[in-house]
Amino acid sequence: MTASIYAPEMASLVSVRQITETEKLFTIELPDGRNLGHDPGQFVMVSVLGVGEAPISITSSPSRSNGTFELCVRRVGDVTNAMHAMEPGDKLGIRGPFGHGFPMEKMRGKDMLFAPGGLGLAPLRSLINQVLDERGSFGEVKIVYGAKRPAELLFFDELEDWAVCGDVECHYTVDCLDETWGGSDAFTCSEGVITTLFPDVTVDPLNTIAVTCGPPVMYRFVLMEFLNKGIPETQIYLSLERRMKCGVGKCGHCQINGLYCCQDGPVFNYADVKGVEEAL
Amino acid sequence: MAQSILDKEAVGPLVSALMADYQVVGPQAKGPKFAFDPIAEPAQLRLDYNTTILPPKKVLQPPEERLATFKLGDEPRVEPANEAGPTVLLGVHTCDLHAIRLLDKVFSQDYPDAHYLERRRQTVIISLECLEPCDEYSFCRSMGTLSADEGYDLHLTDLGSAYLVDVGTEVGEELLSRYGSAREATDADYARYNDVLSAKWPRFSYPLKFNAAELPGMLAAAYEHPLWNELGERCLACGSCTNVCPTCYCFNVFDEVDMALTEGERRRRWDSCQLDEFASVAGGENFREGRAARQRHRFMRKGKYIYEKFGELGCVGCGRCVRTCVASISIVEGWNAIHETVVGGNE
Repeated sequence: MTASIYAPEMASLVSVRQITETEKLFTIELPDGRNLGHDPGQFVMVSVLGVGEAPISITSSPSRSNGTFELCVRRVGDVTNAMHAMEPGDKLGIRGPFGHGFPMEKMRGKDMLFAPGGLGLAPLRSLINQVLDERGSFGEVKIVYGAKRPAELLFFDELEDWAVCGDVECHYTVDCLDETWGGSDAFTCSEGVITTLFPDVTVDPLNTIAVTCGPPVMYRFVLMEFLNKGIPETQIYLSLERRMKCGVGKCGHCQINGLYCCQDGPVFNYADVKGVEEAL
Repeated sequence: MAQSILDKEAVGPLVSALMADYQVVGPQAKGPKFAFDPIAEPAQLRLDYNTTILPPKKVLQPPEERLATFKLGDEPRVEPANEAGPTVLLGVHTCDLHAIRLLDKVFSQDYPDAHYLERRRQTVIISLECLEPCDEYSFCRSMGTLSADEGYDLHLTDLGSAYLVDVGTEVGEELLSRYGSAREATDADYARYNDVLSAKWPRFSYPLKFNAAELPGMLAAAYEHPLWNELGERCLACGSCTNVCPTCYCFNVFDEVDMALTEGERRRRWDSCQLDEFASVAGGENFREGRAARQRHRFMRKGKYIYEKFGELGCVGCGRCVRTCVASISIVEGWNAIHETVVGGNE
């Protein structure tokens, strides 16, 4: 029998960092320090043996691989809760990378507009840092990011880095600017949902690639903002989340009408899914 | 390939001989119904069965199977599992044969599924020509599955006192010569064979009131059809329709750990898009929440989505889903109803 596509490879947890109340950043090393070899936007199936397996987007960019990769994981189900109980040196199972990531070749040379919401920053961070590491190959880079409250802003250090680097236009907001806002020397955080940021963002629509990922309710509103700015449908990309049990187009859970999120996505071109009713 | 004659008295000895080297799975009586199960005695084999509760996919993709074993501890290890063994699948009707051909595509395309493919590789299929409709629920003729010219190693046609055996593959040929005692077909056998085949077709009707090739296009225009809500009101979301479907292959994957928490298994089990949690994620979002949307998904998969991905319709007309549904939901009646309203009965 040839190798089973369902048997994970055991990888080592190099470090774990608590980045918000509910999210941790896991740095993972494959056997022999081999690079994962992923594209921004792809995902891996992560196993905690005895507990189960879950699809997790890769948050580190290929440009910063160095024999490890990073997953930003919210504690929300069985597998992710078990992951949150793990410590450096522990082993977890990895399969992948799977799925279609962002088409870098179609993005180079263009202005980039990123609009992640909440945990949607995790998969987009892979692309953002890849773009920043190839900064010369891209035009203007703008990041419009919204979270529920300050304590839920992910990758706070990087939000600051992006804001002060001078090369990126950053707009950050939270739904409720509550007592968890400790201030930042690098940026001001506005209050309101992510769409309130768009009036301040000017783009050259025909030369802009717009990218979003966030909670299900967010997509239609952000897409409307993209379209209102005149960005063509074919230049809009979104990353979608679905239940997955195999990651390889067999188990059926991630189907979006006739599409498989795990194989046809998780990154989709908006023009390809706008008429697909179960997508958005 | 060649054809020969196997007298009915020779079937028992053939099964006995096969049982020495293979697990032989065939239709047997189960209460008032029939089921594909391992044969312990040749007499259990009921080639006169009409249909089985579960399709023979259960041999190739069992309701539950082991994918891997693992050891827990500081240095956890995973070993892929292989549960396949030499098997003869006997008495497969042509609808199910077409379904297996589709499953072969599903499990070999893109990422080959070694668990299915290894079982498939080790399974010899002896199929059976249908001469009578199973019952009022089957609609194989509408789906073009009332005959098959590939997908089997040996194919049997009942001539009365003997079977005409059509050899489909070298594996079948070898199996027949090693284990069976077939004789050459005579002109009289062929004459009988032709009579039997030409007599069978008129016995089968066309329950689908239009050409099945219209299904993908018709369903593309039926996404907002009122039928879905009507079905959603009736459906009990029990998942029986997908369990008994020969082309449904969706599964869940889960871990089981021993009492001492030292080792365990990763297993998969049939799952159903009709169950409430099928499309829900840990965060709480359910991407196909209503029963109407889930029934629509099933109808669409069978008549459109699978066709778009694999080039074949996802329904072979076996009628099992209709037969088993306690809410009397019929995919044929549903498709007919849609056809009447969408296409407008202007033909």
